[in-house]
Amino acid sequence: MTTTDLTTDHSRATADEAHSHGLASTPPNASRADRPKSFELDVFPVPSGREEQWRFSAVRDLAPLFVDQPVDGSLAWSIDALPAGVRLTEVSVADARERSVSEPGDRASAIAAAHSGGARALTVAPGSVIDKPITITMHGDGSEARGHLLVEVGANAEVSVVIERTGSATYSEFISVDVGQNAGLNLVLLQTWEDDAVHSGEVHAKLSRDARLRGSVVTLGGKVVRLNTTASLAGEGSSVDLFGLYFADSGQHQEHQLFVDHMVPNCRSRVTYKGALAGASARTVWIGDVLIRKEAEGTDTYELNRNLVLTDGARADSVPNLEIETGLIDGAGHASATGRFDEEQMFYLRSRGISESEARKLVVRGFFADLIQEIGVPEVEKGLMNAIELELDMVEADDE
Amino acid sequence: MSTLVITDLHVSVETPEGTKEILRGVDLTIDSGHVHAIMGPNGSGKSTLAYSIAGHPKYTITSGTVTLDGEDVLEMSVDERAKAGIFLAMQYPVEVPGVSVSNFLRTAKTAIDGEAPKLRTWVKDVKSSMADLRMDPAFAERNVNEGFSGGEKKRHEILQMELLEPKIAILDETDSGLDVDALRIVSEGVNRVKDKTNVGVLLITHYTRILNYITPDFVHVFVDGRVAEQGGPELAERLEAEGYDRYLTKA
Ligand SMILES: Nc1ncnc2c1ncn2[C@@H]1O[C@H](COP(=O)(O)OP(=O)(O)OP(=O)(O)O)[C@@H](O)[C@H]1O
Ligand SMILES: [Mg+2]
Repeated sequence: MTTTDLTTDHSRATADEAHSHGLASTPPNASRADRPKSFELDVFPVPSGREEQWRFSAVRDLAPLFVDQPVDGSLAWSIDALPAGVRLTEVSVADARERSVSEPGDRASAIAAAHSGGARALTVAPGSVIDKPITITMHGDGSEARGHLLVEVGANAEVSVVIERTGSATYSEFISVDVGQNAGLNLVLLQTWEDDAVHSGEVHAKLSRDARLRGSVVTLGGKVVRLNTTASLAGEGSSVDLFGLYFADSGQHQEHQLFVDHMVPNCRSRVTYKGALAGASARTVWIGDVLIRKEAEGTDTYELNRNLVLTDGARADSVPNLEIETGLIDGAGHASATGRFDEEQMFYLRSRGISESEARKLVVRGFFADLIQEIGVPEVEKGLMNAIELELDMVEADDE
Repeated sequence: MSTLVITDLHVSVETPEGTKEILRGVDLTIDSGHVHAIMGPNGSGKSTLAYSIAGHPKYTITSGTVTLDGEDVLEMSVDERAKAGIFLAMQYPVEVPGVSVSNFLRTAKTAIDGEAPKLRTWVKDVKSSMADLRMDPAFAERNVNEGFSGGEKKRHEILQMELLEPKIAILDETDSGLDVDALRIVSEGVNRVKDKTNVGVLLITHYTRILNYITPDFVHVFVDGRVAEQGGPELAERLEAEGYDRYLTKA
């Protein structure tokens, strides 16, 4: 795979070579932590696309999600009977604000919270150890929908939660994730929307002392998907692993923004996102911000983004940012690279009898294999490689 | 018994300055079990000939024919040519990150045979071929050509030739950049495959050194996009002594 000039300047400079920083490059305007957060809409003007946090976004497609108006649609939830220790409840708009770990960080999620008609809270009682993953399917019937979800994991609890989005919708959401002391949460968000869905989501996770969060995002479907994930390491000894897998084909715009906030000493974070792009006008954006605050001594952090461009015309942006306010850390690094599956590689494989479509599958399987194993929910891992190969088959059908 | 017949082959490439003709009427016939050495100066078009037979999209065939046992090779896609029995060991093998050697070999073998090889014998075959080529078993789990040294890449090419059992193998400077030990190992590999499968070999080389290990049946001097002279092994000795100057001044 050759490293191409598809990446931003910054990531190209770091292409393939993991490296560590003494003092880091900061985002152009200010610290990532200074961005406003509020349930009040006036704090967030309608994005024009020129703002730092919207400059890579499909702002025009997302526009309906910036409108301050109630909507009539909703996503239909399916969920199996909940095990003992887990409850799903309706929460009023006012209470939901109170129970969220943070206020929304952009206009789309502030509107989602305001017009959700109240939140749903998935609450795991302290000390509950749930073996089987809890799976929620949210299905859209093509209408506009807004959502506010609270995931609350009590102290010393252990649970896996899989949320899958199917069908189609113009949907915005605000998800608050509260991981209690010494609790472990494995949260998987699957975007398997149909082709015309537009989805903007903000996930804000707060980790208490010794808490562990494994968060995986898989984005395959939708016309536009924009997910903005924040992990606040607010309790000492907490640890977060964020994985992402995305596959964009023609006409899809997938954006994943991440912010890992090291607020206190001795926390650990890993971010690993990989994306494949195929088909003209396939577009992906990855922005990974990591902040190590002055107090956060003993931090150990590493973030990585890799993109694999399979055909001409696709474009991947990759922007890592590391802000470090203390020198007393264990390790901080990032790596970002965009590679191209080029004509020479294709020729090499085909000259060994391997067909064009099998060659692409071989390369894509290899690219994603180790990442899929990290998701940690066998039910999800099993279906994923097939889903990716179906995406590839669709790309080839388009080519013909 | 197979025969590859190249007749009056003309090939050009697109360059920023326009279309450039590189092969200017190549005639060559290769039978199973024979080794044809092609020798010629840098830029004479040897790799172009190899790539054109294998079907690289960069090269445009402007006229001429290539047939394998009567079948029109130029009509076939790249993978069809491989399935028909043509193998190209490349001068510069390509790195394919994310794809392990063992997965690659098995996928290629399955594609060429039209069915998956029997697991037990396959694993044994791969192991013993690797051992013969002095390749560490750890290579099986590494990504294709990624981080391989020049010599390791060339051994990996011969490993593929041994496992895929082509009818006609084109070896494009498989000997370049090898030290004497590696040269001997690779040459023994080629001879072993030839004894076992009776493959016909088009051996493109710059140096006569490899011909001490692999005895050619025919030697062709390649100059300026065509065969300028041909003969037996004695021609190689003359080239060793005199170089290509004679052909170049004539051209
Ligand atoms: N894509 C291309 N654009 C321009 N010129 C090309 C291109 N490909 C090949 N050539 C030219 O065609 C000629 C033949 O190249 P080729 O690689 O076939 O030579 P070769 O005999 O294999 O040389 P070597 O001994 O160096 O491997 C050279 O002059 C080369 O520069
Ligand atoms: Mg050459």
